[in-house]
Order: sequence, then C-alpha cells, then structure tokens
Amino acid sequence: MDWFFTLSTAVKVVLSIVTLLTIVALASYAERRVSAIIQDRVGPNRVGVPLTLFGAKKDWAFFGLLQPLADGLKFILKEDFVPAHVKKFYFWLAPALTMIPALLTFAVIPFGSTMVVGEHTVPMVIANLNVGPLFILAISSLSVYGIVLAGWSSNSKYPFLGGVRSSSQMISYEISLGLSLVPVLMVFGELNLSKIVDYQNHNGWLLLPAWGEGLSVERWVLMIPMLISFLIFTISVFAETNRMPFDLPECETELVAGYHTEYSSMKFALFFMGEYAAMVVGSGIIVTLYLGGWSLPFGLLQNDEGSIWKSLAHVGCFLTKVVAWIIFFMWVRWTLPRFRYDQLMRLGWVWLFEIALANVFLTAVIIMIFRK
Amino acid sequence: MATITVKRPKLSFVEKLYLPAIFKGLKITAGHAIRALKGSTPDKTMQYPEQKWDHELPEHYRGAPALVTDEHGRERCVSCQLCEFICPPRAITIIPGEIPANDQWAKVEKAPREFKIDMIRCIYCGMCEEVCPEQAIFLRKDYAITGTTRAEMVHDKTRLYEIGGVREGLVNKWNELK
Repeated sequence: MDWFFTLSTAVKVVLSIVTLLTIVALASYAERRVSAIIQDRVGPNRVGVPLTLFGAKKDWAFFGLLQPLADGLKFILKEDFVPAHVKKFYFWLAPALTMIPALLTFAVIPFGSTMVVGEHTVPMVIANLNVGPLFILAISSLSVYGIVLAGWSSNSKYPFLGGVRSSSQMISYEISLGLSLVPVLMVFGELNLSKIVDYQNHNGWLLLPAWGEGLSVERWVLMIPMLISFLIFTISVFAETNRMPFDLPECETELVAGYHTEYSSMKFALFFMGEYAAMVVGSGIIVTLYLGGWSLPFGLLQNDEGSIWKSLAHVGCFLTKVVAWIIFFMWVRWTLPRFRYDQLMRLGWVWLFEIALANVFLTAVIIMIFRK
Repeated sequence: MATITVKRPKLSFVEKLYLPAIFKGLKITAGHAIRALKGSTPDKTMQYPEQKWDHELPEHYRGAPALVTDEHGRERCVSCQLCEFICPPRAITIIPGEIPANDQWAKVEKAPREFKIDMIRCIYCGMCEEVCPEQAIFLRKDYAITGTTRAEMVHDKTRLYEIGGVREGLVNKWNELK
C-alpha cells in the first residue's frame, strides 16, 4: 500500500461523501420544486443570498436554491428533544443506522473510468470489490434495523406500527430485489461492478445493446428477461427506499410520520437524509447494472486510457444518469397513490417473487440455447 | 330498496397489470410539469408580501379584535367583562374602572381601566364581538399581527382603540332621556 493509493482513496472518499450529501440536500429542494410544478404550484423560491443586508437594492433569490442550507441551519439550531418514555440507547442508535448503510454502499459503485494521473492510475471507485452486488445487498439490508429500532425504541404506537410495517415490507422486497439481480449476474458472469460497467462500455448497455458485442441476436433476445428483471428491481428499490407507492412505514395520513414520529431536530434530519441517500445509491445501482454506469451511449469516449478530462466527463455522465433517476423517483412519488397494506404484500410475495424466480429460469434457458 | 348492490367492474388482463394505468398517470403529471416549465400554467399563486388581497377582504372578515369609540371620542366599553368570560382561549384581561361622579356621563358608571388582548392566545373566533352588549368590540381586518417579544403581542387599551377607530351609531347609554 503505497502513499499514492492511500492519498487518492482518501480524496475519493471525501469527495464522494461531499457529493452524495450535496445531492441529498439538493434532492430535498428538488422534491418540493418537482411536486410544485406537477401540482401547478410555485414551491420554495425565496431563500437566496440576502444582498439587502449588505446594502444592495434587491435580494438574489436564485430560484430558492439555498433552501437546503436554511433547512440544515434550522435542524441544527432546533432543540433536540428526547421524550421521557423512549429507550435511550436504541433511540440514539437508530438514526445513525439508517444513514450509515446508505453511505457505505456507495463505496462499491464505480462512478467514472480509470483516471491517469502522471504515472499512476486511479480507479474511479472507492473499493474495487469482487463481490459488489452482494456487498450492496448485505449492507443495504442493514438499514431496516435503523427503522425497526426507531419504531420500537420510540415506545409509542405510531412509530411502532411504522416499524412493524417497514420490517415486513423490507424483508419481503429484499427477496425479489436479490432474485431479480440473478439473471443480470448470469449474463455478465461477473460480480465486480467495475468490470460490469467496463463490459457495458464496450459491448452496449444491458438495456441498450446497440454497439460492440451487444449487436448479437443473443443480447437482443436477452432483452426480454432483462426488461423484466429491470422492472422488478426498480419496483423493489422503490420499496426498499420507502418511496411513494410503498411508503407505508411513514405514511403521513395514517401514522402521523411513522417510525420517526418521536424524533426532532438533527436526529430527524438523519432519517430524512438517510432516505434520500438510499435513493441516490439505489439510482446509482440501477444505473450501474442496467444503464451502463458511467459510460456514454453508442461507444462515445469509449477508450479506457484517457486524460483526466475524459475521466471527469464519465463522472459527469454517471451523475447525470443518477440525477435523472432521482427526478424519476420524485415524478413517481407525486403521481401514484399509496398501496394498501395487503396489496403491497400480495404484490411482493405473489407477483414479484414468482416472476423473478421464473425470470431466472428463462434467462438460463436463453443463455443455454445461444451458448451451446 | 335501500340497498344498492354495486357490481365490481370486470378488469381485463391489461388493466390488472397496473402498469398501463401507472404510465397514464405519469403522462398526466408530466404534462402538468411541462406546462409549468414552459410557463403556461395560469398564475394562481400570490407572492404574499409583495401582492396582497387586502382590498378584497369580505365585510365579515375576522381579523384582530379591537375596541371602538363613538364620534365624540367616548369609550363604548362599560367593562362588563362578558367578553373576558366568553373568550375561549382566555386572551382578554379587563380591569374595570369607575367613572367619577362629576363626569358628564357618570350615569354610565363604568369604563375599562385596563383592557388587554393577548394576540398570541387570540383565535379570532369573534365570540367577544357577538357577546358585547354595547357593541364596543369588533373584529377588524388586520391579520398580520407580529412581534418580536411576547410583551409586544399583548394589545393594551391605547393600541386597541388605535386599531378599532371610530364607529358611529346610536348607543342607548348616552341617551340622556333614558
């Protein structure tokens, strides 16, 4: 382990956490603006640079983009109230347990092509693990503990109901989440996310096999199981991140605020940020597995060996795709009503689970026919 | 028959899939979003501090409660304390005072020495106006009552008369024949 590796990894860790938290902050602003334009409203458009304080004629509102800053300041300055009836240790532990897994999973997602700095090469991924998807599934399933502990330690009925709901929901959808991944891994024959993205860079994205080896009949026939797998995976990610059609753990209309009813100030903010960070990471995984990660479509800027600029362009491409997915998440949230609880369970266990299972066999048969 | 049996609609296979309906919904919301981004959504939102609705407030608008004087500057309130008793959030505090015997209107007997309305507590229900036998307290159209301290939010007598202003009309207590 030489000094360059340590230094570059430290830089990558800091930069990716800063970027992740910035995206989370902006997402909380974007959520309100997206909901506003969908519902023909205006949304937060005031908080900006208060130039009038420094003697200027007008404030610089800048579409209210500084709203997250004001929100963050509010959360920090608010009283951190802990009700007397909670189980203190777990009550304090729960917010961290929701935030940390979301940040951890980001470590294995490749966000750019290998950067060449002088004589060194820097892979644009924090941890180049050979078991990327497994690591993600393992760590992201930890976040259920945060929610369950929050619901249980709050020691009151609404958080309890939210915690119970979320534990059953997340465990149910983890099955279809994992199973829908199996066909993808069968096609790639690879568990290293960096290599998966590299393969898609040269041979067409999984859902857009339009260049390289992707133009073969096999890949186009495989589109059918891949589309099914993509659909199930996306739906399961919605359920795992507690987003709208599946947001029963929070469920404002029934459970006040669900598992974080008793939380206030920065502890509540951690839940909030954890939810958005999970959303960012979920979008990152979808993009990495199905939509070619950092690679540009149709083999543009394909070569691995490149300047810093090319690598940065790839990072930009990755971020663009992730942001597009986050906006899609929001679009869905402000379109669909919430599922009823039995519908949710039925969708998970009767439909998604079975279809994902059948999909594994379908993929196997197609691969067997073509690679005989 | 009072009971109407509603038949559940039979859904086709495509309808049971949910997905077409979801895409239809997404199309509708995207349509609204695109219209909003193009700026062709009718502008219904008022930018509050710059744009106000004050001139369109209806006659019966219930704003801040205030005391009124008559056209000669006489206090209508006789400090009967009915408003203090009826006030649901107990926002009103009255200390009654006596009108001295040498006063021209000594027969009215009482006037408020102090009259305070705590605007942090007030719920703008209008009970005080309704209960007042002398028509001395009215809900005005002021709605943006703000202050930086709790003490600032308590309206005393001078402030209440300032908001209330003058109201004309016959009040029996000043009729010398009665």
